[in-house]
Amino acid sequence: MSHPVAPTPRILEVRTKILKANDETARAMRARFESLGLLVVNLVSSPGTGKTSFLLETLRRLAARNVPVAAVVGDLETDNDARRLAASGVPVRQIMTHGLCHLEADMVEAHLAGWDLAGLHYLFVENVGNLVCPTSWDLGESVRVALLSVTEGEDKPLKYPGLFNTADIAVITKIDLAAACEFDRDRALENIAAVRPGMRVLETSAKTGAGIDDWLAFLTDRRQTLPRACDTSPGRESGGAVVLGHDRGTTTTPDD
Amino acid sequence: MHELSIATKVTALATQHAAEHGDCRVAAVTLRIGQLSCVHEDALRSAFDIAREGTPLAAADLRIVAVPVRVWCPHCLAERELPGIQRFACPDCGRPTGDIRAGCELDLESLELVETADT
Repeated sequence: MSHPVAPTPRILEVRTKILKANDETARAMRARFESLGLLVVNLVSSPGTGKTSFLLETLRRLAARNVPVAAVVGDLETDNDARRLAASGVPVRQIMTHGLCHLEADMVEAHLAGWDLAGLHYLFVENVGNLVCPTSWDLGESVRVALLSVTEGEDKPLKYPGLFNTADIAVITKIDLAAACEFDRDRALENIAAVRPGMRVLETSAKTGAGIDDWLAFLTDRRQTLPRACDTSPGRESGGAVVLGHDRGTTTTPDD
Repeated sequence: MHELSIATKVTALATQHAAEHGDCRVAAVTLRIGQLSCVHEDALRSAFDIAREGTPLAAADLRIVAVPVRVWCPHCLAERELPGIQRFACPDCGRPTGDIRAGCELDLESLELVETADT
């Protein structure tokens, strides 16, 4: 017969990243992509910023230059965006998340099956339209882009500092509408700089083509920096302000 | 509502760790959540209530340690805590800095395990 003695709790120090599994998958994907000379670009913005139009213009331009490129696009429902992007003639796949508000690394990986990644120069991942949830999920990308349209207001970066802080570059879209929206360019640039000092900002319009050449030049430059045939990426785990923002490794976890 | 994905991952990780330590239930789980992690505490608590049903965490106390953002100021040569996340500048000298040293955490820190045998 046992007595009602309160059991003694045991403290187990775990100290692990909650998204460890995703981070590990993403890290392995990035190492593989980079060793193939494949630059993977994760596009993140609110719904309605114009990610798909921006990406369509990007794919068209690259396809016209015979650059091997592909795209995967995430949406809660419908394959409308994949069909729009397919107009570029580039291979495109749709990831339907069925309600999930962000993409995760294994979802992207599963949608790459059968593609000859070794023959590609660029792979674009259009995330689910959301400025909050995709922030924590590394998709194995080498470049994370935060997009903001002139119709959204200049204070978006201040309202969503998490995403802007993890981005490698900010792209302002729809600048052809700037005057009609009374877009305060200086304030927008100031706000981006406040949450991510020194981050490059491109001002673009998928409609007029403004800024797209600069964007393509940025992609070319970034692809040149890829460590070919190398299975680790030095600098990524070093902490502090390294080149790529979202994988800073600001915490030390013994099992990482 | 990515907090539900996070809560599900916390529950799975904690269940796995608890299983490695015999027949246990989890009495408490402690998380470290950085201010820049984009996780809303109330949303995470609600999500946790859903995610833990039917797991060894069913009665667990969720403890959240909020981690403020700390940056390195290359001018003051010191680490500083930011009063908010809208301006990445040294609170002392005012110069911009993006050298983040803390505040992005999304960590499972510890578990409090109680043996379930003989109860």
